[in-house]
Amino acid sequence: MSAMLAWSVTIAEILLGCAMACAAFRILRGPRAQDRVLGFDCLYVNAMLLLLTFGIRTGSSLYFEAALIIALLGFVSTVALAKFLLRGEVIE
Amino acid sequence: MNASGDISALPAILTAVLLVGGAAITLVGSLGLLRLRRFYERVHAPTLGTTLGTACIAIASMVYFSAIGTRPVWHELLIIAFVTVTTPISLMVLVSAALLRDESERKGTTPHNEGSERR
Repeated sequence: MSAMLAWSVTIAEILLGCAMACAAFRILRGPRAQDRVLGFDCLYVNAMLLLLTFGIRTGSSLYFEAALIIALLGFVSTVALAKFLLRGEVIE
Repeated sequence: MNASGDISALPAILTAVLLVGGAAITLVGSLGLLRLRRFYERVHAPTLGTTLGTACIAIASMVYFSAIGTRPVWHELLIIAFVTVTTPISLMVLVSAALLRDESERKGTTPHNEGSERR
């Protein structure tokens, strides 16, 4: 039974890696700045999910805290970047 | 896998299904981000995909850590609640910025000059 779980964790890691590659390609290639910010948003959520999957693989709860910090700081940075696109400065 | 020797059948199957399903939904959302043509179409795909994928993978983590531990684990609900609340907010701010940029580009000005005139 644990072999099946190990294989499903590996498959989930591969799928999330492909998703991160899609988001990174959109960051590199995005025609305008808002496309890059959108790709960045998708990239950090995928990285957070990959950390949760690492936590299931190793069985330690340290990865959960790292994932929570990535979620918090990623939201703040996305809103800061969108505010910069909106006004040209982050804090008015 | 060093810590999964003592997990019973039902939580293992539930964890495996939720993990692969959540990762596949996230990949579909990211493929939509890659393949759709316009920005306003592209906004929708990763929003839906990452929200549902985050819910699935966090529930899988809850099930797994509750099964290998002695007491139930609830703190992954923090991640689900946070992502569900913040993804629409960030995407709405981003779309309003994109609308402003598109409109000012159509009028031939930059949003920064317009903002300095307004101030």
